[in-house]
Amino acid sequence: MSVPQFASAIADKSLTETGDIQTLQINLGRLCNLSCKHCHLSAGPEKREMMTRGAVDACLSLLREREFATADITGGSPEMHPEFRRLVSEARPLCARLIVRSNLTLLTEPGYDDLPEFFASRAVEVCASLPHYTKAADKTRGDGVFSRSIAALQKLNALGYGRGGLTLNLVFNPGGAFLPPSQAQIEKEYRAALERDSGVVFNGLLTITNNPLGRFGEFLERSGNMESYLEKLYNAFNPATLVGMMCRSQISVGPDGSLYDCDFNQAAGLPIEGATIFSPSAATGARKIRFGQHCYACTAGQGSSCGGAIKE
Amino acid sequence: MATYYEDKDLSKFGSVGEEAPALWEKFTAYYGAVFAEGALTAREKAIIALAVAEAVQCPYCIDSYTQDCLSKGVTEEQMTEATHVAAAIRGGATLAHGLQMKNVVKKLAL
Repeated sequence: MSVPQFASAIADKSLTETGDIQTLQINLGRLCNLSCKHCHLSAGPEKREMMTRGAVDACLSLLREREFATADITGGSPEMHPEFRRLVSEARPLCARLIVRSNLTLLTEPGYDDLPEFFASRAVEVCASLPHYTKAADKTRGDGVFSRSIAALQKLNALGYGRGGLTLNLVFNPGGAFLPPSQAQIEKEYRAALERDSGVVFNGLLTITNNPLGRFGEFLERSGNMESYLEKLYNAFNPATLVGMMCRSQISVGPDGSLYDCDFNQAAGLPIEGATIFSPSAATGARKIRFGQHCYACTAGQGSSCGGAIKE
Repeated sequence: MATYYEDKDLSKFGSVGEEAPALWEKFTAYYGAVFAEGALTAREKAIIALAVAEAVQCPYCIDSYTQDCLSKGVTEEQMTEATHVAAAIRGGATLAHGLQMKNVVKKLAL
């Protein structure tokens, strides 16, 4: 079976353009203390791509010049970037919501273990990877990662995350070449198991479909699953998710200052043409979105985005 | 025929209804209703279906319900426990039939 080009699957062509841009997502680099098997950016300890200080300043300038509802800081492990704390501190007053995407384990390491207090003092929203509510998560992320993640979550809870005014969301990714479960259903299971087993509470669970790029794409190729996975995504194509695709409402900044429709397009090497963070005007208004076959991951079943399911 | 079971045949399952569409329609409606969320969750039903599939040794159903369990967040550890439930019932049923053997022995032996 051959999977049709993604763009041809969109009947309403107005959905191939951006809507109201609300989010600036900033990817500080590929350096990470983990090498998760599902990572679409192949981030890891050996990666050295890091955003320059000048590009960080340009991100802050754009946040000052144009009103974004949300700044979303990601990586790699963004906390490992030397400008991370400055970026968070200066960006925080510029938008209603500032999200940091954390792998949790870094928050238990020397030099970073004061970050939970830093996050709380600035009312940062923490969006934390936890691919399963048992040690099955270690199969995707590495031995011992689950127990260290739980320790970090307990510390965040003690500071008021997940139970008071501080938002703590968790992220579920499937442990292989299949779609995620119903977000509402798996959230119930997470809530019951985490509270029972370790007293951990959280605000919401976001299910994200694995994208067939980077390290996960290499797994699909190596295991002979690429074709069947793309077919699986295509067979589950849900047109009702198109209007909520995250690429329609955000700009994603790469470590080198290139701009993208989303973090997946960073992995696919599909930048927004004619714009960089140093000259962003072509990206901040209405623009044509660049699509690839990987986009089927965001429109399969209940849909998927950095904010979780699109259409439950 | 190279083998009796081909995984690609699973997608042709609907062709079984070609000569008896009314019966097929009743079956598929019933099947859909059985697996809908009810007093048991769809997830719990998928785990039961996997264990039954292994017990009745249907390779198509094992493939389908392993994938269904994975997509419902069921871990390999949980699926393995379900496999043992199927094995225990099959093994237990074999042993329970030993009672028939014992009854025959009791009747006939001195």
